[in-house]
Amino acid sequence: MKKEKDTTISVKENRAVEIWRQYRRNKGAMVGLAILILLILVAIFADVIWDYNTDIIDMRIGNRLAPPSWEHPFGTDNYGRDMFARIGYGTRYSLLIGFASVLIGTLIGVPIGAISGYVGGKVDNVIMRIVDTFTIIPSLLMTIILVSVLGTNLFNLMIALSISTIPVMTRITRASVMVARNNDYIESARAIGAPTATILLKHVLPNCFSPILVQATLRVGSSIISAAGLSYIGLGVPLPTPEWGALLSASKSFIIKAQHMCLFPGLAIMITVMVINLVGDGLRGALDPKLKR
Amino acid sequence: MFKKQQNRVRIAKALETKRTSTPYAVSVEDLTVHYVTSKETVKAVNGISFKLPKKRTLGIVGETGAGKTTAMLSLMNMVPDPPGKIISGNIQVGGLDIRGLSQSELKRVRGKEIAMIFQDPMTSLNPVITVGDQIAESLLLHQDISKQEAMEQARGMLAKVGIDPDRAGEYPHQFSGGMRQRVGIAIALACKPSVLIADEPTSALDVTIQAQILHLMRELKEENDSSMILITHDLGVVAELCDDVAVMYAGNIVEYGTLEDVFNHTKHPYTEGLFNSLPNIHNRVSKLQPIPGLMPDPSKLPDGCAFAPRCPYATEACKAQAPYIKHFSESHLAACTAYHDEAFAIKRRETE
Repeated sequence: MKKEKDTTISVKENRAVEIWRQYRRNKGAMVGLAILILLILVAIFADVIWDYNTDIIDMRIGNRLAPPSWEHPFGTDNYGRDMFARIGYGTRYSLLIGFASVLIGTLIGVPIGAISGYVGGKVDNVIMRIVDTFTIIPSLLMTIILVSVLGTNLFNLMIALSISTIPVMTRITRASVMVARNNDYIESARAIGAPTATILLKHVLPNCFSPILVQATLRVGSSIISAAGLSYIGLGVPLPTPEWGALLSASKSFIIKAQHMCLFPGLAIMITVMVINLVGDGLRGALDPKLKR
Repeated sequence: MFKKQQNRVRIAKALETKRTSTPYAVSVEDLTVHYVTSKETVKAVNGISFKLPKKRTLGIVGETGAGKTTAMLSLMNMVPDPPGKIISGNIQVGGLDIRGLSQSELKRVRGKEIAMIFQDPMTSLNPVITVGDQIAESLLLHQDISKQEAMEQARGMLAKVGIDPDRAGEYPHQFSGGMRQRVGIAIALACKPSVLIADEPTSALDVTIQAQILHLMRELKEENDSSMILITHDLGVVAELCDDVAVMYAGNIVEYGTLEDVFNHTKHPYTEGLFNSLPNIHNRVSKLQPIPGLMPDPSKLPDGCAFAPRCPYATEACKAQAPYIKHFSESHLAACTAYHDEAFAIKRRETE
């Protein structure tokens, strides 16, 4: 009896080890993961590294628009604040907005899409027409409307971005569920008497995992960009919060005098989005048993 | 967990009250299945009847599109609906009236009373679940056992079908086609069903593996005392495994009898055509003799005998009226209008 238990556990462990081994093969994904972990650590410990009042929002007018130096690696802004500290602290907002909005959007969008795709017929029609009404409004416009109605703060920005994520996740889930549900193994699961909920959760959805995961990671990137864009036009996180889009927005009047002010927040956004896409790609390769050798 | 178990017991009791005692594992009367779409009605199965006694094997032979698979899916009430509709018919599996069962009762019957082996082992296993888990799933659905016990039984099933139990933690893509079909058999037989449906279980396998799989199926079927329905278009497989044979054409059973009846005392012109189209090992000829023409479009079946347009013996009477069902003996029947004439005989019998 004891021996049996051991084997089942070792199978599970093997699987985790196997996924990690597959993931490690992808060099780009490993670099991406390292940078992403670093960014997440910075976001978590931002309060330990910098003091919000003295390092982030305290102005030192005498030292304004200083170019990058050893003391201020990314230079200073128009109020003499250290750009390195502000961008570092801003990681917290960008990652939070990106991951939280996609998480909310996925948690709502995937079940709707799965039901729509699996049940089909009239249910599918009604759900998809509702989703379509959300899709026809350009997502940026949609978020702008939502944020202006709800008010500009971090929470509302997240809600607005997740609402524009829902239709995307619903569509991709529905499409892959419709492909997966026609497979012979679904019929085979019905033939052993499996209930519908089990079939959907155990047989259909796991087979749709890769497109959903890839779409979700891509959406994290685009949510970060949308958030930055909204902050840039003043509808995102209000100043003086060092959100990356807001930093870019503040730099626009000084683009001739102090290029470093727009260069570094832009680089931060670009690198973060790229890193997340690399990790998503690596995960897809590692999780798909069909790609294993 | 406890509630689930109670539910299971309640449904099992309800099932037992609905069960009538019968010597037949499967009995089908006048089964008609149509696929209804807005454009047309495809008449896939048109009033077939057969009875399968316990522990026997029935072979269902016929061309692609003859309605074999649809008829078998009806036995589990699994015809895709829409567009599939069981128009009429009485289906009994182990004394249970399949069409009179609720959804939850049907789920008790599927897998436990009646199980299915699918045609293509490449697609009938879920690629993201380990084979051990896939076998254990069926066990967990129908028995009150823990996950560990189910896993242990699944390993036992793997050993039974000739796969090293230590491979239970591997995924389907790590197995070859023949091995996967063995896994498919293990899944189907895990709960020891009384009726096993095998839908062309060897069509997707190469010839060397076919024999192994067929022997394995026969062995396990005998071990479990179950009955089997084998769908195939390979007459050699039928001769190897079956006790009874039903020949299907365009949704009808055109000839039905024991293996001896159908193979050695062939009566129906279509069955004759099937045998004639086989290569003959004793008489090497340059060309095979196919049955001329194609099966009629099942959405536009003729009024008379569906085989009449291709039948060398066809007369005007064949095209006008539904075929006459002639009983040659207790077990043997053929649906052919020509047998109104007592003297009629097909050529195959004459030449031999």
